[in-house]
Amino acid sequence: MQSAREMLESKELKNLVRRKWIVSVVLTACLFVLYYGFILLIALDKAFLARRIGEHTTLGIPIGAGVIVLSWVLTAAYVLWANNSYDSSVDDLKRQVRK
Amino acid sequence: METTLGTPTLSAISFFFLIVALTLAITYWAAKKTRSTREFYAAGRSISAFQNGLALAGDYMSAASFLGIAGLVSLKGYDGMIYATGWLVGWPALMFLIAEPLRNLGKYTFADVVAFRLRQTPVRIASAIGGILTVLLYTIAQMVGAGNLIKLMFGISYELAVILVGAVMLAYVLFGGMIATTWVQIVKAVLLLVGVTILTLLVLAQFGFSPGNLYTAVSTGLGQEALEPGGLVTNPLDAVSLGLALMFGLLGLPHILMRFYTVPDAKAARKSVLYATGFIGYFYIIIPVVGFGASVLVGREVISAIDKGGNMAAPLLAESLGGTLFLGFIAAVAFATILAVVAGLTLAGASALSHDIYVNVVKHGQAAESEQVKVARISTVVFGVLAVLLGMLFKDQNVAFMVGLAFAVACSANFPSLLLSIVWKRFTTAGAVGSILTGAFLSVFLIVISPTVWVDVLGNETAPFPLRNPAIISMTAAFLVGFAVSLLRREPGAEAKFEDEKLRTYLGIGAE
Repeated sequence: MQSAREMLESKELKNLVRRKWIVSVVLTACLFVLYYGFILLIALDKAFLARRIGEHTTLGIPIGAGVIVLSWVLTAAYVLWANNSYDSSVDDLKRQVRK
Repeated sequence: METTLGTPTLSAISFFFLIVALTLAITYWAAKKTRSTREFYAAGRSISAFQNGLALAGDYMSAASFLGIAGLVSLKGYDGMIYATGWLVGWPALMFLIAEPLRNLGKYTFADVVAFRLRQTPVRIASAIGGILTVLLYTIAQMVGAGNLIKLMFGISYELAVILVGAVMLAYVLFGGMIATTWVQIVKAVLLLVGVTILTLLVLAQFGFSPGNLYTAVSTGLGQEALEPGGLVTNPLDAVSLGLALMFGLLGLPHILMRFYTVPDAKAARKSVLYATGFIGYFYIIIPVVGFGASVLVGREVISAIDKGGNMAAPLLAESLGGTLFLGFIAAVAFATILAVVAGLTLAGASALSHDIYVNVVKHGQAAESEQVKVARISTVVFGVLAVLLGMLFKDQNVAFMVGLAFAVACSANFPSLLLSIVWKRFTTAGAVGSILTGAFLSVFLIVISPTVWVDVLGNETAPFPLRNPAIISMTAAFLVGFAVSLLRREPGAEAKFEDEKLRTYLGIGAE
């Protein structure tokens, strides 16, 4: 057991905060590459997205839908990490603080 | 094609009354449970993650995204689809950057978080300016859209439509507070998702359930260009600027952020964002099918003859595939959509007036519970009447730019100070106020002198500011001002509190 003050200075809390922001920043970077990559692809290379993959279906259609699906997958990845790794560390730390 | 659109058919009116009766019954039930501020603003923090996920989706999927994107895809093809993707990408960013701190630090509004360790009065006033400005711009767009859409679909006058929306949504918020508003959002989200799913299935059924056949029909009927990127994204800087506004604007929308306080804890908040992202993503993936279906099965001429912007593409498609009965259903769903979004906005606007300004600035946080609830209700009436008056005032105005402007203000005025107050120890009161005011005024000023208003609305030849959306400049400026002003002079009290609040921010100890 430790006081709130000791907890604030503990290595565990500092590690937890750092881990949280590393995960957040990495995932935000993925999101940026995904979405702004898509936008810049449209701006700079329209012919690529106009390429046909079916009789008339263009490559742009699955890529557009893919941006939406992958955005959701990134969100799910964060929740999966947070609900398992982050929350169990939070529970550990909470148990150590004297109320 | 013959259409009954614009004449009040029996089915449209029946569905409409059914929805209003159901939502008012919910309000009656909710009113009995709404006594404290915790219930009025935050539904007693009793909403589950799944319910809040649906309600967030309900708050976010406005008539603009349902009717507007379907119309855009039907008239402009693939470009409409590009636009649709931009509306989703804010959700993951919201989750990664602010979800837990926002839930753990706040009480009822996002200003609670910004002001948490800074001096209350100046920060609350500045946050309320940013918040109310965002909500007002969004409300004007919704009210004018509501007036026009209801006029088109039910054939009643614009003024009557605006008053009707104002009166019904005021009943929800005034009597049922956040509990009623949440359930109205849930009802609306379910109706909208079901309606669009049926519409999508009906379209696909015409093409042997093969999207490829649909695209072939689009290509044969309208030319292959409809399936290729066109003129929407040409200037990369402009496109990225709009993208920034859409992505980070969400992180500054008061009515969305407020929903975080309706769930019990950060874990539930996190899960609700995942549900919301799933519902909204599904919606934006299937809505282009509706748009393409309308362009082939109804035809571009018919769609644009009824409404230049293409807003009636989805209702017309519903009529041609499912008859008058289904049109009535879709029209009533569109109406419920507008009602729910305006109710959410009114609650957010009223909470900025009553919780941030009256209770925390005028009363320095010292107000009895009963007085707070009373003031919250008065603010709701003030905001509701204001919404109706603004709807009347902006009749026949081109307000298409206002949603874009609301997102630009949200990402420039509200988001930078919110993020900096969460992550940066040295952030000061002066820095927050400077950042919020810079973001708010710069984004409004730049959009007025941009082609969006200067050329499209005011009718000038060319605009002094080249970008259609100012986010890339105004948001960057808000961050820089926030940094620079904070570095000029330290605020030791705020720095000390930053360390102390870590247990609450990251562990949720002491969170309300």
